[in-house]
Amino acid sequence: MTTLTDPPKEQFRLSMLLNDTRYRSYTFQFIALLLVIALIAYLGSNLMQNLRAAGLNISYQFLGEPSGYDINQRPIPYDSQSTHMRASIVGVLNTLIVAFLACLTATVIGVIAGVLRLSNNWLVRKLMAVYVEAFRNVPVLIWILIIFTIMTATLPAPRAFRGDDPEASMLFGAVAFTNRGVYLPKPLLEPMGWVVLGIFVLSIFGAIWYRRYATKLLYDTGRLLPMGWPTVAILILPAVLSYFILGQPIALEYPELGGFNFSGGVQVLGSLIALWFALAIYTGAFIAENVRAGIQAVSRGQTEAAASLGLRPRRIMNLVVLPQALRIIIPPLISQYLNITKNSSLAIAVGYMDITGTLGGITLNQTGRAIEAVLLLMLFYLTISLIISAVMNFYNNAVRLKER
Amino acid sequence: MNKSVFLGAVTVAGLAAGAAAAATIDDVKARGKLNCGVTTGLVGFAAPDANGEWNGFDVAVCRAVAAAVLGDPTAVEFVPTTGKTRFTALASGEIDMLARNTTWTFSRDVDLKFEFTGINYYDGQGFMVPKGLGVSSAKELDGATVCIQTGTTTELNLADFFRKNNISYEPVPIETNAEAQQQYLAGACDAYTTDASGLAATRATFETPADHVILPEIISKEPLGPLVRHGDSEWGDVVRWTLNALIAAEELGVTSANIDEMAAGTNSPEVNRLLGTEGTLGEMLGVDKDWAVRAIKAGGNYGEIFARNIGEETPIGLARGLNAQWTDGGLLYAPPFR
Repeated sequence: MTTLTDPPKEQFRLSMLLNDTRYRSYTFQFIALLLVIALIAYLGSNLMQNLRAAGLNISYQFLGEPSGYDINQRPIPYDSQSTHMRASIVGVLNTLIVAFLACLTATVIGVIAGVLRLSNNWLVRKLMAVYVEAFRNVPVLIWILIIFTIMTATLPAPRAFRGDDPEASMLFGAVAFTNRGVYLPKPLLEPMGWVVLGIFVLSIFGAIWYRRYATKLLYDTGRLLPMGWPTVAILILPAVLSYFILGQPIALEYPELGGFNFSGGVQVLGSLIALWFALAIYTGAFIAENVRAGIQAVSRGQTEAAASLGLRPRRIMNLVVLPQALRIIIPPLISQYLNITKNSSLAIAVGYMDITGTLGGITLNQTGRAIEAVLLLMLFYLTISLIISAVMNFYNNAVRLKER
Repeated sequence: MNKSVFLGAVTVAGLAAGAAAAATIDDVKARGKLNCGVTTGLVGFAAPDANGEWNGFDVAVCRAVAAAVLGDPTAVEFVPTTGKTRFTALASGEIDMLARNTTWTFSRDVDLKFEFTGINYYDGQGFMVPKGLGVSSAKELDGATVCIQTGTTTELNLADFFRKNNISYEPVPIETNAEAQQQYLAGACDAYTTDASGLAATRATFETPADHVILPEIISKEPLGPLVRHGDSEWGDVVRWTLNALIAAEELGVTSANIDEMAAGTNSPEVNRLLGTEGTLGEMLGVDKDWAVRAIKAGGNYGEIFARNIGEETPIGLARGLNAQWTDGGLLYAPPFR
C-alpha cells in the first residue's frame, strides 16, 4: 500500500525566471517582445522626427483632390477630373481583374500540365517537364517583358488594317490582333437578350442538377447514365433555341477601324494580355508541380485497387486519384494564388495601370505623398491576401478528409 | 546593463539620423564625391558613352558643381533615376542634387519641399508622330494612342490639353525613354509626347529621323532646372550660383579657351569678381576663390555646353531659341555677381 502525498509546493522565486525551464521561455519571449516594440517605436519616432525636420506631415487629404491624369483601362467611369481616390479604386479593380484571370488560367494550365507530367507517354511527359523547368526558373518579370515585346514587335499596328489591300486582316472579320491589344466583338443585349441570358444561367443550374441526379442514380441503383453529351446539350440547346425563337435579340458590335484605332467592340489591352499570360504560365508551372506532388502522394495501392475493380485509367484519375490529390494540392495552391496577386504589381513594367501603377505610381509621384501611398498599398495587398487566404481555407475545410 | 547599452545605441543612432539632414556641402566635401541624380539615359542631356563616361547637358551642370566644390569635375557619382524615383532619391538624401530635365512647378517647390536653383533649359511639351500618319497638328490626334513617360508633368499636361480641346486619346504609360522609343517605333502608339528637347534628342537616335515629325504645338511651359532639398539654403546657393556662373560666363565672354588668361585679371570688375581675382564671393559661398574658374573649365560656359551637347551642330540639333542670352533675345539672365 502506498500513500500519496502532494509534492511540496514550491514558492515562486524571481531567479526561477532564468533557471526554471518552465518560465525561462516566457522570459525570453517577453524580452524579445520588448525589443521588437522598442525597434518599431524607434523607427516610428525616427520617421516622425525626420518628417518634422523636413517640414512634412502625414495627410490623406490628397485622396479627395482631382488626379489630373488619365488611365487607359477603366472598369468604372473615370477621367482626369476624378479624384485620386477614384484613380486608386480603378487601380484596385484592374489588379483584381488581372489576378482573377491569371489565377483561373494558371489553375487550368497547372492541373493539365501536372497530370500530363505523369503521363505514360514519354514525349508528353518530357515536354511538360521542359515547360515546368523553363517557366519556373526564369523570373516572372522577364516573362512579362518577353510576351509584351513579342506582342508589340510581331503583331501589326492598327494602321496595317487600313486600305483596300491591307497587310493585316481581322480573324473571321471579328477579332483584330494588334500590337495595342486584341479587339473582340461586344455583345449588345436587347431586352429579350436578357431572357436568353437568363435561360442560359438556368441551364447551368440544370446541368449541375442533372449531374448530381446521375451520380445519385449510379450510387443508388448502379445504373450509369451518360454524363458528357447530355451536360453539353442542357447547357447549349435551350439558350440557342430561345435565341432563335425570340428573334436573335443578341447582336454583336464588331470592332471597326476608325481614325487611329479600332473603335467599338471590346479592347483587351496588350499590357493586360502580357501580364495575364506571363503570370498564368509562370505560376501554372508551380501549380503543375503541386498537382504532380499531390497525385504522387496518393498511395499507389489506391490506383491498383481501382484498376483491379476494372476502372479505366481516366476514371481512376477522375474518380479515385484526383479527389484525394485535391486535398493535398489546395494548401500550396493558396500560396500560389497569393503569389499571383502580389506578382501582379509588376504590371508597371508594361504600363498596365494596377493599384501599384495608379496609387503607388502616378498618384504617389504627382502628390509626393510617398509614405501615405505606400501604407495604403500595403494595407490593400494585405487585405486582398488575407481574403484570398480565408476563402481558400474555407474551401479547404469543406473538401478535406473528415477525420473523426 | 544590457538595456542601457541598447538605449545608448538608440540615442546615438537617433542623433546620427538628425545630423545627416544638415549641411550637404560638408557631406559632399567629406565624401569627396558629389552624388548627382540624372536620367536613365537621354542622349544629349545625360547618357553614358561607349566608355561608360556620362555626358550631356545636365551632366555638365553636375560636373561644374563638383568642380566648384571639390575641385574635380570627375568626382561625381551619377545616379540614374526614373521619373518616378527621382524625388524620393533626392528627398531621402541618396543624391545631393538632381539635374534631370525636371520641370519647376509650384507643388514640387512648395509641397514636395524642394528648392529649384535656377533654369538651365526653357522647354515645352510637344508631340512626335511618324510622317506617314499625315498629321500636321496635335489637335488632329483625336482618338490616338499616345505614349507618355509616367510620373512626369507631361502626363498632366497631356490630360489637360486633350480635355481642353475636347478630343479623346488613350494613354500608354511607360517608365523610361528607351521603352517609349521602342513602343513608338513598333507602332504601339501613334504619338510620343514629352518635352520638345527630349523629342529632338530621341528622334536623333532613330535610324531614319526624317520619317518623324515634331508637331508645331507646344502645349506647356517646362522650365527645366537642377534642384536640391529644401532647408539647406547654403547648398542651394552653391548649385544656384554655379549655374549662374556658367550663364554669366557666356554673357561676359569667358570661355574655356580664354579662361586662364582672364583669370590672371582683366579690366572688367565683374569678370574679376566672378573669377575670384577681386572680392571674396567664393568665401561667402563656402568654397574657395577659384570656384567659378574650375566650374567653367569643367565644360566651358553655358553656350559651350549647349553647343557641344544639344546645339545645332549635334545630331539633336536644337536651336538656342528661348535659351539664348537676354542680350540676344532669349530668357537667360544671370543675376549680377556682386
